[in-house]
Amino acid sequence: MTLTKTVKLTNPLGLHARAAAKIAKLAEKARCAVFIAKDGEEADAASILDVIGLYCPYGSEVTVRITDPKDVDILNGIVQMIGAGFGEM
Amino acid sequence: MPDTIARNIIIKGIGASMGIAIGKAYLLEQDNADVVEERFVPPEEIEAEVIRFKEAVSKAREHLRTIIEDVPDEYRDHVYILDTHRMLLKDKLLYEGTIEQIREKKVNAEQALKKTVDKVKGNFKKMPDPYFRDRASDIVHASNLILERLLGTGPSKIADIDKRVIIVAHDLSPAETSQIQLEKVKAFITDLGSHTSHTGIIARSLEIPAVLGLKNASQVIETGDFIIVDGNAGVVVIDPDEETLSRYHDRKDRFEDFQAQVTRTSGLPATTTDQHHISICANISLLEEVVSAMDHGSDGVGLYRTEFLYLNRHSLPSEQDLFENYKDLAEIMEEREVTIRTLDLGGDKFATSIPWGEEMNPALGLRAIRFCLQSPEIFTTQLRAILRAARFGNIRIMFPMISQIEEIAAAKRMLEEAAESLEKDGIPFRADIPVGAMIEVPSAVFMADILAKEVDFFSVGTNDLIQYSFAIDRVNKQVAGIYQPLHPVVLRMIDRVVTAAKAQGIRTALCGEMGADPVNLPVLLGLELDAISMNPLSIPAIKNLVRMLSFEEAKTFARGVLNRATASEVRQMILETYGDSLEMATYFQSNGPNGRLPAA
Repeated sequence: MTLTKTVKLTNPLGLHARAAAKIAKLAEKARCAVFIAKDGEEADAASILDVIGLYCPYGSEVTVRITDPKDVDILNGIVQMIGAGFGEM
Repeated sequence: MPDTIARNIIIKGIGASMGIAIGKAYLLEQDNADVVEERFVPPEEIEAEVIRFKEAVSKAREHLRTIIEDVPDEYRDHVYILDTHRMLLKDKLLYEGTIEQIREKKVNAEQALKKTVDKVKGNFKKMPDPYFRDRASDIVHASNLILERLLGTGPSKIADIDKRVIIVAHDLSPAETSQIQLEKVKAFITDLGSHTSHTGIIARSLEIPAVLGLKNASQVIETGDFIIVDGNAGVVVIDPDEETLSRYHDRKDRFEDFQAQVTRTSGLPATTTDQHHISICANISLLEEVVSAMDHGSDGVGLYRTEFLYLNRHSLPSEQDLFENYKDLAEIMEEREVTIRTLDLGGDKFATSIPWGEEMNPALGLRAIRFCLQSPEIFTTQLRAILRAARFGNIRIMFPMISQIEEIAAAKRMLEEAAESLEKDGIPFRADIPVGAMIEVPSAVFMADILAKEVDFFSVGTNDLIQYSFAIDRVNKQVAGIYQPLHPVVLRMIDRVVTAAKAQGIRTALCGEMGADPVNLPVLLGLELDAISMNPLSIPAIKNLVRMLSFEEAKTFARGVLNRATASEVRQMILETYGDSLEMATYFQSNGPNGRLPAA
């Protein structure tokens, strides 16, 4: 069973290296794979390069997906971090 | 014998830091990934190859960890980048991707890594946003660290440089610059980079010459080559002949004497022979540069570009970060004015950060004040930080790229709201600070009389104003010739802005690059600007020149040039009238080895 949440990027730099690194740090702690999707393309949230490769500039909507419901805290954590602009504001 | 004949190769780039250096080149070889040999690994050795790769990654990570620990406080911002590089080394795409390549393609680790990097890099290069696209260089920098360990070359050689050399590189990463013992460096030259790149800033703060953007210097120059670096003219001479060398020794001596002479008197005020005073201020991008600004006798900070705090660390700083930075600056400058320009993001860096489409003309897009007004949270954070810091010095706030009066009204309203929110939060601040508009769009020039009623000062940003007036992109070499600061239209616009400001009793400064060129000074002085702001290193020479000029004569002279037809006519008039005073000051900016020599 998978759970998803969609969130809009509010930091002006978008999902660049530093932001992706923050996501990856969190995603690494998950039991199962965590994904981030934009426009039907999906990236492994634990890989900085994969996430940057999605190309998500300011204002994009991304969907975070977990594959094990037990990782719901990770899901919420990532969504919250994106929503809060990675504490960059 | 070909090897005994001096090659005297001259290459031109961007003079990013003034000064002349003569000495031996030291080439930092970096493009390892392009010369990797492909070797097939027999099945029984595959796992050993995987382990060899894993060990190289561990060593590279360990290496970065030690660098991070050793980074001196003044370069602390680089740690963010180094930390990200450290994570990249273990990134799934790179790490597992390479292991997969070794196992599937049965190739050596070096080749597997190169293939993996090329693939990832390819994805980045396709991105529409140049800021994202540039991240490809992060992957290359990170993977080179692994490669060096696989090949056993290692970057220890950077730290091992034991005599003073001229560093030659394709590009210098923050990790590399952190490792170089900077006191061993005579000059920097790189293939990539420009005035605002990391290497340029480091070179200026160390006051050593740098010529960047040379395209292929790292291919032409080898370690041990004898070279001349002319940071004033943006020229590098490889293997100079005797005549060139002796001319450059002379040029270097004269430049250093001249710098020493004007620097000795740089603390004196810029007052003309007829007792008119003009403020000569510094343009800075980093807090660290304020030391250089003070050392070179600046009367204040005429332009603090605040973008750097946002860009260099790849993340947005907090209100507290900004506050502390602005507070430090205000405190160091004491009673002297500090003009903080609010965020000038956008243009080429954030053009495509709008999700609904690519910008065809980034310079004409969502940038500077336009971006800030549409991003109230980001703007408010900065405004609050400025208001809080204003208690500690003489801070002025300046809004960039004002094109119409509504923008000033909206920005001022947000400034008031920021003050109200601080009041509500019980945080101390100072609200009565001067508010200014940067005049860099022709529409603002023509409405300057109206705008002057709404602000406390103007600052003319000639770099953009010239580009917008002539509709040219000066980075484009084919049209760069049209970019002429001394064109009468530019001078007329400055005149119009100053006149409008005077009618309202407010001051006008100029903060474009043209302010640093001594040739332009007689006219700028004559147009009655109240202040000129420039890179710190140019201040002593400009102040020195001000003290040689008469304000009354300059005013009359400026009236005369406004009616000329072309920039070259204006230039000719300046050289005819002021040639003697300009002799030394212009000599060092002249065109490299064939430049005009001053009369003995």
